[in-house]
Amino acid sequence: MTNTLTISPTRAGAAAQARHSRAGSARPPWEEQPTVVGRTVKGLTLTGVVAVVLVPIWIILVTSFSTPGAINRAGGLVIWPDGLTVEPYREMLSDPTVRTSLLVSLGITLIGTAVSMAVSVMCAYGLSRPRSFAHRFLLLLLIVTMFVNGGLIPTFLVVTDLGGYGKYWALILPSAVSVFNILVLRAFYSETSGELIDAARLDGAGDWRILWSVVLPTSRAVTAVVALFYAVGYWNAFFNVMLYMPTDSQKWPLQYVLLTYVNRGVGLPGSVNAGFGSVHAQTAPLSLQMAVVVLTLVPLLIVYPFVQKHFRTGVLTGAIKG
Amino acid sequence: MRIRRDKTLLMMTVPSIALLLVFNYAPLFGLATAFQDYDPLIGVWHSQWVGFDQFRQLFHDPQFWDSLKNTIYLSFVQLILFFPIPIVLALLLNTVLSMRVRNFIQSVVYLPHFFSWVLTITIFQQMLGGAGLLNQYLRSHDMSTWDIMTNPHTFALLVTGQAVWKEAGWGIIVFLAALAGINSELYEAAAADGAGRWRRMWHITLPGMRGVIVLMLVLRLGNALSVGFEQFLVQRDAVGHSSADVLDTFSFYYGITTNNYSYGAAAGLFKSVISLLLIWGANKLAHAFGEDGLYRK
Repeated sequence: MTNTLTISPTRAGAAAQARHSRAGSARPPWEEQPTVVGRTVKGLTLTGVVAVVLVPIWIILVTSFSTPGAINRAGGLVIWPDGLTVEPYREMLSDPTVRTSLLVSLGITLIGTAVSMAVSVMCAYGLSRPRSFAHRFLLLLLIVTMFVNGGLIPTFLVVTDLGGYGKYWALILPSAVSVFNILVLRAFYSETSGELIDAARLDGAGDWRILWSVVLPTSRAVTAVVALFYAVGYWNAFFNVMLYMPTDSQKWPLQYVLLTYVNRGVGLPGSVNAGFGSVHAQTAPLSLQMAVVVLTLVPLLIVYPFVQKHFRTGVLTGAIKG
Repeated sequence: MRIRRDKTLLMMTVPSIALLLVFNYAPLFGLATAFQDYDPLIGVWHSQWVGFDQFRQLFHDPQFWDSLKNTIYLSFVQLILFFPIPIVLALLLNTVLSMRVRNFIQSVVYLPHFFSWVLTITIFQQMLGGAGLLNQYLRSHDMSTWDIMTNPHTFALLVTGQAVWKEAGWGIIVFLAALAGINSELYEAAAADGAGRWRRMWHITLPGMRGVIVLMLVLRLGNALSVGFEQFLVQRDAVGHSSADVLDTFSFYYGITTNNYSYGAAAGLFKSVISLLLIWGANKLAHAFGEDGLYRK
């Protein structure tokens, strides 16, 4: 239910030919020079937009590395680095709940993404060959689920009936297949040149071999982006924790720790007199709370730069075309 | 035989289809619980059928009407205040000539889309909440403080602000794609005919984006009853359920947390049926505008 950029996959040819216009950075000769006012307004607006995203992240980052003295001097959140220390991180990571939750989050993200990718790549290739048996029917079976679903409670009942309550698989399998992601992959696999595939087939390659050695290597960008979508979905999920393991803090992923200890203001482990989950425990120092926030951000900020360049190279325009 | 020839391809689709059958199609049969007095101990096969009793109860429940009202109101505010922003941003960004500046801005504005709702709301809490940056500043300048995060009266604006912060940047992608698809010769020809900047935007750019704008509007209307479930779930306790409950949270709180599964399922089914009607209606509207919408006529 996360990260679906809602574009209809059934609509053909919506925005074709994304490449040829305005690619260069030169102003075409027929276009007039911008006015001073126009240029200023544009510059200020865009700077403002960028600042609105980056400034809060900066402040949280700086506060998480600040000494208690610096936080007192600032009266709360620290804007300019004053007294910096890694002590909040050391203290936070010495707490078993936070440490376990970090491992749980990483585990769910890695395993979940691997499962999702394996299943989706196979399915997308299986449906991408022209005129294969029943592919229209199977495609319909997929797309229907985007518009019609049982909803929250029936899904909850199915998962608990299968014994998912309190189990990690309940956080992975129900959301393992994203039809949107499969359609994105399929749109690209369909474009792999037929001659290349025919040549591989003449050389004796079967479908598994073609998928692995021809199709996957020629669509690395889209694979990376879809993997990011899945990984972010697993990393960010917290609602299903609320559904399937709300009381067992030893199984919580990081987002749920963030929700409980930072957002709800329940005492963070590591603070003075903090009993786990005890509502009356004193709230943790700000730097410690911000360190938890930063921890949820770090993996994303590490992976993001490597993947985001592919957003522009037409992955999503391809999705619209599909 | 094609089935013989394509058996490998078919095998490849089996895991996905199986997962969808279990976790997407099986719950459709679970919707039967909405017409039962479901007892988890004996299961859906043996629970007692009660017809439309759950719905009758639902329609007499003031909490249900409150959450329906909230859903429509919040969805409306978000539509009015959110929808134009990505379009304007895309138009603005499209006029930036330097590819490096453009790429930088795009990378930054896409980023919040990948944050979880918990993280987004925590960031808002730290900036605008009672102990946040804004109030920290107000206090240090001896002004009265202002807790935006817990005020039920401005909740609609707050959640719209959060949605804009998180998703507006990501939303520009489709519009940028539409802009890139407009043939640049049209602009050149118009300029040669003496059309200025604004005339070109009116007569070339906006008609060029029209299809995508209508499509996004249709999708938005179709999802009108699904306004930010996780977003509201996280903030419900802070602002109170009477202004933060929407149909999804209603179905969660009055269905799962109280073990009243049939009641929650009935609320969910009500929402799904209305949503389908909305998608259908919005699509008809798109056809009336001469656009494709979700599917063609």
